[in-house]
Amino acid sequence: MAAERGTAADSLVGQVVLPGDLLLLPAHYDEDAEGERLRLSAGAAPQGRLLCGPGLRRSGAGLLVTTCGLLRHRPGGGGAYWVDSQQKRYVPVKGDHVIGIVTVKAGDVFRLDVGGSEPASLSYLAFEGATKRNRPNVQVGDLIYGQFVVANKDMEPEMVCIDSSGKSSGMGIIGQDGFLFKVSLGLIRKLLAPKCEIIQELSQLYPFELVIGMNGRIWVKAKTVQQTLIIVNILEACEYMTAEQRKQALAKLSGN
Amino acid sequence: GVLERSREQLLRQTCEAVVLGVLHPRTAISLVLQVLSDAGSLLSCCLNAACMALLDAGLPLATLFCGVTCALQPDGTILLDPTARQEQDARAILTFAIASSERKVLMATTKGSCSVEEMQQCLAAAQRAANTIFQFYRDSVRRRYSK
Repeated sequence: MAAERGTAADSLVGQVVLPGDLLLLPAHYDEDAEGERLRLSAGAAPQGRLLCGPGLRRSGAGLLVTTCGLLRHRPGGGGAYWVDSQQKRYVPVKGDHVIGIVTVKAGDVFRLDVGGSEPASLSYLAFEGATKRNRPNVQVGDLIYGQFVVANKDMEPEMVCIDSSGKSSGMGIIGQDGFLFKVSLGLIRKLLAPKCEIIQELSQLYPFELVIGMNGRIWVKAKTVQQTLIIVNILEACEYMTAEQRKQALAKLSGN
Repeated sequence: GVLERSREQLLRQTCEAVVLGVLHPRTAISLVLQVLSDAGSLLSCCLNAACMALLDAGLPLATLFCGVTCALQPDGTILLDPTARQEQDARAILTFAIASSERKVLMATTKGSCSVEEMQQCLAAAQRAANTIFQFYRDSVRRRYSK
């Protein structure tokens, strides 16, 4: 029972944690809480504030785990702890790039289904080069790639298709044809990691266009319908295949 | 029927105590449980299934919970996880929902009659048994994340 009062966070990095586990932080993070204690040995503690990421909540002396997953730690810049969990349901987060489906065109605002609990709103002026006279040609059922500017639990999420300088930088209406499908959020994070092997190996197979949304949606377009479907099947299966199985499958396909 | 309704209420109250609803305002979370086969201890089986479903969905939880059923036989012995036959023969059936943080009791329901001391004994036995179930959760999650 004593162990459940809390275990050191450092010892659990990279291991599975479950909700209800209490993580104790190294002592130097707590010194700010008790302001009257003087730090005699300067320079030993890292500067900056600790970032408590998704899956963790501050509770008293330490961090309480709220979702199950692997505990991760990033030492740079004050340090960050978060829980890497596999889930399929998306919760909107500010700054995420997502693929939305237009469901309603209500006057000046489009409502997009992004897979969260509420539809996101997108103003017609939030496209590059859009003015009151020059409206973007968006129909119900179109796919839009944009990012969230407002996304918290209290307000309806809002999206835009331009970045802070007014340029579209790849966002906007996704073109005709292609295939949209849904995968788990863990696979999305794997694909978006720098130097992802899956994408590199696939690109040697056929040329294709790919849009990855953080809400679990992927849009693929290759030259023919059959190539598109092959890529879709490989991406969907990547979740459960190990690296060797994937290489074997791709070798078989490129041999054909 | 009334029995299913009361089971729904018990499950709902347990889940509401554990799920961090503050992170999802104006949202309905619906949990659907389909009984495939019933060999006794149905309510605690539903509680365990509900906890694993909430874990799998990634909903923020303050603590894990599990369900343990105790059957008090006419001669006073305590049977954990009774089968349907043992439940019929028992004098009283107690079901507890136990949280993983300090083994606190989230829900307790009794069918039949027993004395206060007997209930305390059943509770202690259930809290000990909960360790096995929480270890099972941990092993299942480890297996899932090892792929």
